Amino acid sequence: MRTNYRWISDVSSCCCLCFFSVSPEQIKNLHKRFQQLSDNEETISRENLEKIPALANNPIRKQIIDAFFDKRNQHQNEVGAFQEIGFEQFLMVMSHFRPPTLKTTEEEREAMRKEKLRFLFNMHDTDNDGTITLEEYRKVVEELLSKSGAIGLEAAKAIADAAMLEVASTNVPHMAPDDFYEGITFEHFEQILKGLEMESRMHIRFLDVDTMTMRCGKSKS
Amino acid sequence: FPAFCHQRPCSLPERGLLLLMVLVFLEGSVLPLGAASSPDTSHQTNLGDHQGTHTGPNSTKKPFPVLAVEYDRVQIPFEISLWVLLASLMKLGFHLIPRLSSIVPESCLLIVVGLLVGGLIKLAGEEVPPVLDSRLFFLCLLPPIILDAGYFLPIRPFMENLGTILMFAVVGTLWNAFFIGGVLYGVAQIQPANPSDLHQLELLPCLLFGSIISAVDPVAVLAVFEEIHINELLHILVFGESLLNDAVTVVLYHLFEEYAGVGTVTLLDGVLGVISFFVVALGGVLVGAIYGILAAFTSRFTSHTRVIEPLFVFVYSYMAYLSAEIFHLSGIMALIACGAVMRPYVEANISHKSHTTIKYFLKMWSSVSETLIFIFLGVATVDGPHAWNWTFVTVTVILCLVARVIGVVGLTYVINKFRIVKLTTKDQFIIAYGGLRGAIAFSLGFLLNQDHFPMRKMFLTAIITVIFFTVFVQGMTIKPLVELLAVKKKQEAKRSINEEIHTQFLDHLLTGIEDICGHYGHHHWKDKLNRFNKKYVKKCLIAGERSKEPQLIAFYHKMEMKQAIELVESGGGVKLPSAMPSTVSMQNIQPKKPPPAKPVERVLPQLPKGREEEIRKILRSNLQRTRQRLRSYNRHTLVADPYEDGFSDLLIKKQRMVELEKKMSNYLTVPAAPPDSPTMCRARLASDPQAYSMKPVSDSVPTIQVDLASPQSPDSVNLLDEFRHAGQQQPEVEDQGLMMKPPSGPSGPNKPREADEARDQQKLMRCLSDPGPSADEDEDEPFLP
Repeated sequence: MRTNYRWISDVSSCCCLCFFSVSPEQIKNLHKRFQQLSDNEETISRENLEKIPALANNPIRKQIIDAFFDKRNQHQNEVGAFQEIGFEQFLMVMSHFRPPTLKTTEEEREAMRKEKLRFLFNMHDTDNDGTITLEEYRKVVEELLSKSGAIGLEAAKAIADAAMLEVASTNVPHMAPDDFYEGITFEHFEQILKGLEMESRMHIRFLDVDTMTMRCGKSKS
Repeated sequence: FPAFCHQRPCSLPERGLLLLMVLVFLEGSVLPLGAASSPDTSHQTNLGDHQGTHTGPNSTKKPFPVLAVEYDRVQIPFEISLWVLLASLMKLGFHLIPRLSSIVPESCLLIVVGLLVGGLIKLAGEEVPPVLDSRLFFLCLLPPIILDAGYFLPIRPFMENLGTILMFAVVGTLWNAFFIGGVLYGVAQIQPANPSDLHQLELLPCLLFGSIISAVDPVAVLAVFEEIHINELLHILVFGESLLNDAVTVVLYHLFEEYAGVGTVTLLDGVLGVISFFVVALGGVLVGAIYGILAAFTSRFTSHTRVIEPLFVFVYSYMAYLSAEIFHLSGIMALIACGAVMRPYVEANISHKSHTTIKYFLKMWSSVSETLIFIFLGVATVDGPHAWNWTFVTVTVILCLVARVIGVVGLTYVINKFRIVKLTTKDQFIIAYGGLRGAIAFSLGFLLNQDHFPMRKMFLTAIITVIFFTVFVQGMTIKPLVELLAVKKKQEAKRSINEEIHTQFLDHLLTGIEDICGHYGHHHWKDKLNRFNKKYVKKCLIAGERSKEPQLIAFYHKMEMKQAIELVESGGGVKLPSAMPSTVSMQNIQPKKPPPAKPVERVLPQLPKGREEEIRKILRSNLQRTRQRLRSYNRHTLVADPYEDGFSDLLIKKQRMVELEKKMSNYLTVPAAPPDSPTMCRARLASDPQAYSMKPVSDSVPTIQVDLASPQSPDSVNLLDEFRHAGQQQPEVEDQGLMMKPPSGPSGPNKPREADEARDQQKLMRCLSDPGPSADEDEDEPFLP
């Protein structure tokens, strides 16, 4: 027990330096949850996450779980995937979902928005070539519609094609008939999602993460 | 000559102005005429006439009246029509005068017109009709505006900010009412020694007055905010507040009115008041929701009688309002709940035309209502018995402003602790400044009983002054202030499919993250609600196939439909009339195969110019024939009659045909299909409609049975020869489906060989992609019946 708390204080001091608004309390709550998910071990693997019953209904479950194990989200310029992650990596992924505060300056907001968009981009760009190709985008839409049966699959291709066309027309308005639009780069991705104000939308309320409402990952709830 | 030219551009607004003046005088003169023909005497004379002719054959026979005037029979409908006509002509007039509408908001102009008309009537010496009669106002003029607001309420931002809106609506209004009432009473009491009227004012009437004047008015807010286009958040906050404070106003009004006669309010009454508030608010919402579900359920069966679909929407909503009014529940909240609940289901069930009808009728009625309300305000001002008291009126106006500012600042301080997107000072200023009062306050004041409230006239005068102040001063200055403070404006950009995809993606992502954290936050509950909706509710309330249609697909179809309609309306140019003229088309996006180092690729540069032209002509004529064949297939089999059953399925099929048409005409002469020989292309097109039935897809490449028996034109045989030698080497290209076969290997330059042929053929098609003039003609035919 003592080791845990000492470790938390180390992590929290490092975290407080890196992440703006994740307070020590929030870190403690998340650590408790981490312990639950990992059966009190040091690391969690994909199976631990897959066992969460509430996630079963989520159409993009696989992508979400993969995002936790994606090295690109650790901001250390590595690529590939982990097999297991420790609490630090877990926290790093979670920090992508912190909200801006009244004190966040304009530059910080920009940086936050870029970071969140990068997270989304990494989720779509599965082969890590820096662009989201048509095939990858189709896969995204198919997964979104995966719970809708055959109708979904038929329409997914059309929707993905239309979406890709839109990105291309917005970013590169004049292409000769022979040109080819390779794929959505990160800049184009930012441009197309400018209107959504990611820094305010992509967040969860860390403050309310309370042990009372936490469910054990393995219980049949 | 130049002078004449000078005059030409100005003549339109001048003519408009002249028309306005004439009409105002006309209306002004006819209305008193109407009032003048006293119904009793003319009725008597008519009766007398009848009596005269019937009393016997020996009475003097009057000559047969060739032309008779009998005004009183039609008086009421005639006058109502005149007022409506006046209102609409005023609206027309304002928009003809270009600069006026940008400086002064419409509501101000309308009040001025009302003042003019009222003045004219008074000048004519006639009695001004009691136009802002409370029954007329609450039962006829207010519901269309609220229904329009409720039906088109943007649900997502409303729900996201519901907590904030409720705080402002409930706590804010309560604070305003008590502060204004209390301070006014205090001021009235400390009046200087000479016994002024104000000493008569007791506490309860003051509080009642406070509760009437404190509510932000939805009509005024809509009228002003409509023109300033601020961002969605602020709009929904102020507007939502104006709608939801109705419950508070109703309870406070009835509470104080009830007990003003008695003189005291005990603690028990207070507690009962609080309970009453919950009953009024939740009861109103419940009544609205019930009627909404009934309307949605009814619309499920209207596929055979499309014509009366809009009627159900209107009648059920009005019934919801009236039912709530029976029990003194909040009619406004009932109406909002009804509109918001029924909309997603009704829209999935009704035809496109009914949807347009509902939209336009609601806009029309709410527009006319709003105009009439402001004009009547002006007329009532001229008419109303006024009792001006400098102290009372000025203190009221000042207090309204002060109370609003303090309320907003205080509440925002508390609310910001719970909000993620905090409200900045600029936001607070706009919220405070946007708290306009309007006709509801006046009507409530008008309803007061003169006996119980001897100060009624003074109240009315004060209410009118506050309304004028807020509408004129605040209404006119808010636009420049918004510019000055650089408040974020509404984003004009259309909702794009990418944003829609990512909104949905984010929803699922955040729900997933919440589940991983083990935290049951809004996303979790929202997701649960959506799943419940999809599983049970939609099945009951939506007819046929549409009940299973996921939101993304529905959005996509709607977008395609809109684009298709735009295309038809623009006369069918080659390019889509989008905001950004772009030369990007589907071909630019399809996965590219690298150029193979094969001799067969030389087919492309080796074609002489003449041959190219010939090929182009052949392709074009082939496609035309295909298209015509396709269209005739359309007419006979797909489109029977839009008013028959299964129209929604037809709609889906049609949208897909539209999609195909679009691809054909806009992107290439050949459709964005895998590069096959033209024969295969045509064959596939002919058999395409079958391809759109729901088939399970085995793998990512759908297979489509190519009907090789389709008639081939003799011209195509030559073309086939061109590619045959190339085609023979790559047989597997032939069984590709509608979409490009995904590159099976890793992306990059090392593509497998069989894909080379595909790209090579595609390149050929691209260089010949010239739609030519004849392609455009086909586009002009409407493909929607």
